[in-house]
Amino acid sequence: MSDVAAIELPRTFEEFNEQRRQSFLKVKEFKQAGGRLVGYLCSYTPLEVIDAAGASGVGLCGTSDEVIPAAEEVLPANLCPLIKSTYGFAYSQKCPFTHFSDLIVGETTCDGKKKMYELLNELKPTYVLHLPQSRSRSHEREGWYQEVVGLKEALERLYGIQITDDALREAARLRNRLRRAILALYDLQRSVPPAMSGVELMSTMFAGTFNFDVRAYVESLERLCEKRRAEAAAAGSPISAGAKRILITGCPVGGVINKVGATIEHNGGVVVCEDDCSGERTNRFMVDEDAPDILRAIADRYLQINCSVMTPNDDRFAATLEMAEKYQVDGVIECVLTACHTFNVESARVERAVEGAGIPYMKVETDYSAGDLGQLETRIAAFIETL
Amino acid sequence: MGENNVPSGRLGIGVDIGSTATKVAVVGADGSLVHAEVMPTGFSSVDAAERARAALEAWRGDRHFCTLDARVVATGYGRVAVPYADKVVTEITCHGRGAARLFGPDGTVIDVGGQDTKVIRLRGGRVFKFVMNDKCAAGTGRFLEIMADRLGVGHDELSALARAGEPTQITSMCTVFAESEVISLVGRGEPRPNIARGVIESVVGRVATLAATAGGAAPYYLTGGLCDNEYVVERLGEKLGAPVTTRPEARYAGALGAALMALELE
Repeated sequence: MSDVAAIELPRTFEEFNEQRRQSFLKVKEFKQAGGRLVGYLCSYTPLEVIDAAGASGVGLCGTSDEVIPAAEEVLPANLCPLIKSTYGFAYSQKCPFTHFSDLIVGETTCDGKKKMYELLNELKPTYVLHLPQSRSRSHEREGWYQEVVGLKEALERLYGIQITDDALREAARLRNRLRRAILALYDLQRSVPPAMSGVELMSTMFAGTFNFDVRAYVESLERLCEKRRAEAAAAGSPISAGAKRILITGCPVGGVINKVGATIEHNGGVVVCEDDCSGERTNRFMVDEDAPDILRAIADRYLQINCSVMTPNDDRFAATLEMAEKYQVDGVIECVLTACHTFNVESARVERAVEGAGIPYMKVETDYSAGDLGQLETRIAAFIETL
Repeated sequence: MGENNVPSGRLGIGVDIGSTATKVAVVGADGSLVHAEVMPTGFSSVDAAERARAALEAWRGDRHFCTLDARVVATGYGRVAVPYADKVVTEITCHGRGAARLFGPDGTVIDVGGQDTKVIRLRGGRVFKFVMNDKCAAGTGRFLEIMADRLGVGHDELSALARAGEPTQITSMCTVFAESEVISLVGRGEPRPNIARGVIESVVGRVATLAATAGGAAPYYLTGGLCDNEYVVERLGEKLGAPVTTRPEARYAGALGAALMALELE
């Protein structure tokens, strides 16, 4: 599809600040050089299929409140900030990755997202995979596999290509290597004190979702891991030995790293484990790269993800407790984005599971605005004082 | 409280700058409360901190004692605005500590503050769990103030009025919407005592729900600005199904806890 007409800058380009203009120009250059760009919105997106299509997958989850007023021209105010921000970036044409994506891939996860995709599709072609509500019934697994096949065929049609099993297998190997590199970085946080601040680690992971080149990203993470490991061995950790070790669970934290994450770390805590969809909760699942049916193995891998959109979702509690032990956490903070019903409701069971294991637990509900910073600070500081 | 009977030796000072009121408490070397006072916070917590210092110095008759022979712990939402504080501790920990001193080491502390309502569970004198109201004024002192204003009565009168009324349901949780609801009740000719009763029931109901969220259990203790409001204490006990204990000094629980912690500083 190299449709040159699609490689145009937004009309409002001249109003953007320098940094944003540079990002737009960079992505435009990538497209003009023949690059294929596919946006995704959730950890359930089978990225190997996008990789095998020779496209770069970029995460488009909105993490800023800048475009929320624009989004609220269309969407209700009482909706999760991630959904509003994601739509707002498309609506206001302020995100270069959204703007230049050939296709956006979504899944029927929560109600807010799946209905937003219908509106998003009016702005950008959006392909929605139907995600089952659990993994426990055989027809759900089979149905999800068929959805992944559907995505593969959609990409083949879009780009006029054939996606081969070899390409899928190669993509699975590289993605597994990426997952191992991420886990190796997380593993550095197991030491007491951890090798680095959680804010640094979370920001690194978040930045990675805007990477065009998976191999280069894997290599940069592997280098970073070696560097941090060597630094910690030589000079010790920059983190105070008395910092309270926090596991952060719940909604995607990409938009609140500098709000919840930094508040934890300003108040005597350190985030040692990120138990969310871009963290260990999700990256611990590997694709069986030697499976005879590689596409099925890819589909199976993604269905293991423990998001609160699944019912029941008991595996999540077991995984959280396992990580709490592995990282020797002092407390668990659950971060719920305002109006995220699935994580908010599920939090009652997480609280029971975590407290049942003798670990202090606190839930905070927040959004991307600065309005509740004072109250958040008090809650988080008080929680850390009790540990 | 405490007319110039300043004890000798080390003092611990707690300064609790709340959204509505600033409380100061002083404990002697043996941990006993020797002085406490309250003043409005006003617009600026920096000014409130200065007024708190001036009040302490007036009480002591010594311009520099805050920095010389005492340690100061600041708490409350304006805790970072106290330049002469040796340490800053959140109001949760301070209230827990103060309440444990006033009431005992185990139980559920309910603090109805100006902008926050907190439920703090104590075990062995330590806070082991707490919850705070969502980021809105439902179930806080501010809610009562606004409704009292709307009904044209003072804070104390609101309770006296409510005692005589039949409860009218006020369903809005949002303070702004609840105010509109009260306006329409007034417009419909609903007697003021009934509306006052509805207002109190709304706050008490919200606080009881919060206590349940925290898994709160008897004994219950009330701290904060409402502790001298007998009617609220009574209604809260009824809603919780267990008596609620309070004392006049409980208004200073946060400042007292801060003062006790100040005493432990180097």
